[in-house]
Amino acid sequence: MRVYLLLIWTWTRAAARYPASFALMTVAGTVTAALEVAVIWVVFSNTTTLGGFDLSEVMFLYGTSGLAFAAADLLFSNTDRISQHIKAGTLDAMLIRPVGTFVQVAADRFTPNRAGRALQAAIVLGVALARLDVPASRAWMIPVMVVCGIVIFTSIWALSGALQFLLTDAPEVANAFTYGGATLTQYPLTVYGADLVRGVTYVLPLAFVNWQPGLYVLGRADPMGLPYALRFLSPVAAATLAVVAVFAWRAGVRRYRSTGS
Amino acid sequence: MIDADRIGRSFRIRGTTVHAVRDLSFHVAAGEFVGCLGPNGAGKSTTIKMLTGILAPTSGRVTVAGLDPTRRRTAVAREIGVVFGQRTTLWWDLPLRDSFELVRLLYKVDRVQFRERLGELTERLGLGGFLATPVRQLSLGQRMRGDIAAALLHDPSLLVLDEPTIGLDVVSKAEVRAFLRDLNTERGTTVVLTTHDVGDVERLCRRVILIDHGRLAFDGTVDELRATVPGETSIEDVVAHLYLNSSALRTRPPRPGEDSPTATA
Repeated sequence: MRVYLLLIWTWTRAAARYPASFALMTVAGTVTAALEVAVIWVVFSNTTTLGGFDLSEVMFLYGTSGLAFAAADLLFSNTDRISQHIKAGTLDAMLIRPVGTFVQVAADRFTPNRAGRALQAAIVLGVALARLDVPASRAWMIPVMVVCGIVIFTSIWALSGALQFLLTDAPEVANAFTYGGATLTQYPLTVYGADLVRGVTYVLPLAFVNWQPGLYVLGRADPMGLPYALRFLSPVAAATLAVVAVFAWRAGVRRYRSTGS
Repeated sequence: MIDADRIGRSFRIRGTTVHAVRDLSFHVAAGEFVGCLGPNGAGKSTTIKMLTGILAPTSGRVTVAGLDPTRRRTAVAREIGVVFGQRTTLWWDLPLRDSFELVRLLYKVDRVQFRERLGELTERLGLGGFLATPVRQLSLGQRMRGDIAAALLHDPSLLVLDEPTIGLDVVSKAEVRAFLRDLNTERGTTVVLTTHDVGDVERLCRRVILIDHGRLAFDGTVDELRATVPGETSIEDVVAHLYLNSSALRTRPPRPGEDSPTATA
């Protein structure tokens, strides 16, 4: 972890040598994220509830998922470049270093451009909390769910990276799960079909990013009628997925075939 | 330093198993300077990759500095330095100095030790003029010297180089060779290199390993290598002769279907 932080700091300093490019990328990222919030406003100018949740509650779900996703995206999404590293042969250079490949790929060419997104999500969450008046007895869950969300999204990135060791030519397949997962959790899961909700609860645990713990924070009964205990299981889901991701990544590296010469 | 015991590596390519390396055994003691020769596609690079932990062998066992490079990859990485002649391990967009700083972080080299070592390497390899230049703007000779310096910042006991003199002009070649020889004699660093340049072998290596069709075809001193072809005095001609008639060198006759090509169904 220390090596990772030192590496991203070195890359940040390298990126700071081109301040104009850095500023433009950050502004572009923040504007794109702001448009997503605008979509929510547009929806609520036509209706008062979305999937049974009012504007503040939807903003709460959007903010927690957005914050977790943006943090994971900022810190670890470079791992989806693994197929480029395999093709260019730069993975060989990483394998001769005494540091784990995941850390090296994640830190490689790190730029803090995407920090704007995390800031935007944090603001949405702040506004939502100001309007919601969550009792302190349930508010403790909020930092827990954000941390679990970061772990879950990071694990999904690691899993999609591991998949690229097998499918070097199809890195886009993985995006369906990373960016797709982020979009899915922005809205109350009640807007989706029951089968999809069961899938993201019991198979790919996206429901544990913000939906299940969010129901607890908001003091809502589960509209899908799933067990009450699920809303406390985010740390278990996150830890399980992380363990699976670690093994998958290692298996991927072991299967690595390298390129010629 | 290196112990390879009947190591092999095969790849499955479109339903066919290709044996890049098979049954390769050799031992390298600390302080040796070994050259690894072989025709293109003989399995030299694959062997180097198995020694450095990049590729896992599909059969046999290898230990480097007493450790298994597949299981203890990061521990082995701390003991060895690796240079790829065809491909830099530095960061394309960063100045050489920043690349060295990243290497320092990756190997957790102490700041004082790093400055001392970098000063020494800058002087010996003549890096002073281009430390602030991005790696992509360096000439091949400069880049190679930068790569060699990067591989030695953590003071490894074994340096492995895959074709370090490829594409270099005669002056750069001479500089790289002189540096490697001094590194071996003065610091006692064990050096293993692959090459197609017999000049590297004649001027540097006390011992030669010849790999052909993924197997060990010869292992001995340069003089012994010369003696394998009576009447030939130039190493270049001896090596050419061996490449063309390599089956004569095999320690055992090839089994049916095992001769070239190396692919089996």
